[in-house]
Amino acid sequence: MAEEKKLFKVTIDNITIEVEPGTTILNAARKIGGEVAPPAMCYYSTLKGSGGKCRTCLVEVAAGSTADPRPMPKLVASCRTNVMDGMIVKNITSEKALDARKGIVEFLLINHPLDCPICDQAGECYLQDLSYEHGEEGTRYEFKRRTFEKHDIGPYIQLHMTRCILCYRCVYVADQLTQKREHGILDRGDQSEIATYIHKALENDFIGNVIDVCPVGALTDKTFRFKNRVWFLKPQDAHRDCPKCSGRVTLWNRGDEVFRVTARKDQWGEVQEFICNECRFEKKKTADWVIEGPTRISRHSVISQGHYVDTVEPRETLPAVMGGRKPKLLMDINNVSEVNRPGIDLSEIQGPAHSMDFDSENIKP
Amino acid sequence: MGRKLLLEKAQVEGIRNYDVYRREGGYRSVEKAFKEMSPDQITDEVKKSGLRGRGGAGFPAGMKWSFIAKPEGVPRHLVCNADESEPGTFKDRFLMEFIPHLLIEGLIVSSYALGSHLTYIYIRGEYSWIIDILETAIGEAKSNGWLGENILGTGFNLEIYIHRGAGAYICGEETALLESLEGKRGLPRIKPPFPAVKGVWDRPTVVNNVETLAAVVPIILMGGEEYAKIGVGKSTGTKLISACGNINKPGVYEIDMTISVEDFIYSDEYCGGIANGKKLKACIPGGSSVPILPANLLLKTAKGEKRIMNYESLSDGGFAKGSMMGSGGFIVLDEDQCVVKHTYTLARFYRHESCGQCSPCREGTGWMEKILKNIETGKGKMSDIDLLWDIQRRIEGNTICPLGDAAAWPVAAAIRHFRDEFEWHILNPEESQIRNYGLAHYADPLEPAVAAV
Repeated sequence: MAEEKKLFKVTIDNITIEVEPGTTILNAARKIGGEVAPPAMCYYSTLKGSGGKCRTCLVEVAAGSTADPRPMPKLVASCRTNVMDGMIVKNITSEKALDARKGIVEFLLINHPLDCPICDQAGECYLQDLSYEHGEEGTRYEFKRRTFEKHDIGPYIQLHMTRCILCYRCVYVADQLTQKREHGILDRGDQSEIATYIHKALENDFIGNVIDVCPVGALTDKTFRFKNRVWFLKPQDAHRDCPKCSGRVTLWNRGDEVFRVTARKDQWGEVQEFICNECRFEKKKTADWVIEGPTRISRHSVISQGHYVDTVEPRETLPAVMGGRKPKLLMDINNVSEVNRPGIDLSEIQGPAHSMDFDSENIKP
Repeated sequence: MGRKLLLEKAQVEGIRNYDVYRREGGYRSVEKAFKEMSPDQITDEVKKSGLRGRGGAGFPAGMKWSFIAKPEGVPRHLVCNADESEPGTFKDRFLMEFIPHLLIEGLIVSSYALGSHLTYIYIRGEYSWIIDILETAIGEAKSNGWLGENILGTGFNLEIYIHRGAGAYICGEETALLESLEGKRGLPRIKPPFPAVKGVWDRPTVVNNVETLAAVVPIILMGGEEYAKIGVGKSTGTKLISACGNINKPGVYEIDMTISVEDFIYSDEYCGGIANGKKLKACIPGGSSVPILPANLLLKTAKGEKRIMNYESLSDGGFAKGSMMGSGGFIVLDEDQCVVKHTYTLARFYRHESCGQCSPCREGTGWMEKILKNIETGKGKMSDIDLLWDIQRRIEGNTICPLGDAAAWPVAAAIRHFRDEFEWHILNPEESQIRNYGLAHYADPLEPAVAAV
């Protein structure tokens, strides 16, 4: 008989759920969903060791566990802190956490070039979302922004180091997905940069995935560069038989033309299945693919502007409240009053209506 | 005259050599520990002694030792943190340079207590000559049977290796140190897991400061309880203080944590007063990371009691009116020193040394440095002071490792205690380039200091 697993009870923003031991606070909050889930710029659930760096997911722990109900002295990175039984977490209910998050957004933006109008990532950029949702208006930074020397990393991937927020995701992808990592972080502190050691090209069948995991426009697709804005494109799920990867991708079409190919992402923006470079960069014809249907894009994204997929239409609530029975009218107005008889068409009456008009004798059959 | 335990024999000629050190009673603690005590007994003695980590945080060393996980078949390690890079702190350097065998002796006893057969000394790369001294000492100890296999016939094997750092301040943080020791970039790890569970190569590891490990020797020799009688309260034993700045006698002093700050600065036995007959303006009592204190708060606590050189008294009053013992880097500033420039210098240091892993520290330290540079060069605005305060507030506590806090505290304390000096710099941009703000009223409530006997 399988032993029943003990579940941990955790309360996040006054919502209590039960999760398996070993779950992080972030993943528990994602189970609740909505605004309760803290934003994450560096954490990536499929990449081992990621997270803890960007500090946007900081939350307040008001009680550590049932056994030790003391609050944690500092805000903790929810992506790297495991839940304990009886833990009470405050995310959007904590002033402290929200203030810290504002600070982090400001820190991330002070050296970000804000060249969104010419950035290919605009529209699907997590830093844009983050600053809209958690940032403050305006900047207090009055100095020159950090710049870097240009670095060519091959024919497919464009590196814009100025836009990088140093989340290290691409390093983990290269480390865990490819045979030999060729790029990494050089230098230290605010001068650290993503680079290869002495201008090498990134060459690996799966290295294209660094584009998908990059939360900002630091790593973009050279085959798609400046071709179109993402919100003018129509995303469609498609697949093909690929010997290297699962071949399940999202095509970004305009008309019949395929502008770019990306991996499919889940609702938290994380890649579901990593795809190979051939699928991503070489197969740019609709004929290469079997189309499955339009990709579901969450409503708040600009990509789905005008064509909402997940909208919920207003329902008739009365039958639902009454257990399926239709409301019975206590009184039909037409039985009592002469006015508004269904047989009378007001638009056909010339001039203002008079009581004469409703006289039962005048009514046409 | 304070009692000396670590530097008692430092002045003996040739103490650096094994023969002299042995003749002066060296390695007796190893004999005692190996022949009369079990590893757990040693840990108990260290616990009883109340020895607190000398690296800065002041965490009880015995407690740290008892946390080490002991899974079957997994080797454990002891790592000695000799990456002493804090501006103003140079006590470990003195210890390692002049009595290297004391550290080796402490390492042998501690390794025995923790069951570490491979012990590392992670030393900062800039101490290149000390590496040679330590290598020689290790060689001497090995040829005399204190290291290697089957030490003193107990069956305990121990090797000590020296790992040279590459010049990063961040590698003094224990998890960054372990990463660096493993040969990776020195980036702090996210805790938990703590090193006591998963340290170097995922094995249980204890990281201790040089002075902490050296202090194990007198603890074993005199017994933990006897050691705990020195000092007051939870500040037991002796502490090395590296005094520098505008004082007559800079250097490394061993104090027994009962003397007052005033005595320490003005007595001839220690710092010998402020140089050139100047007045005391401010002091950083524990290395560059701890909050700066103006003279009136330094010599007396906010309650009006005398401030004593120990962990509790220095932190009395919290961060608003106190400071920290830190790593014992005692930096004294006289009336001619400019607090703005001093804060800018520290901010520059922390910006340079930030590892760049987490965003508040990477971006915030650079931002603070730029604002402070503006104020220092006479281009500041009044709003900059509040902005600085806001930046430091948002860095502190939100970073992976304590470097963020260490960068925020000096700025916070400088603004807290010396805001008028910052304002003067901004309101008098031209004058501030020519002359210093001077003493102002920071030391006014003081009676003239009397040199202690």
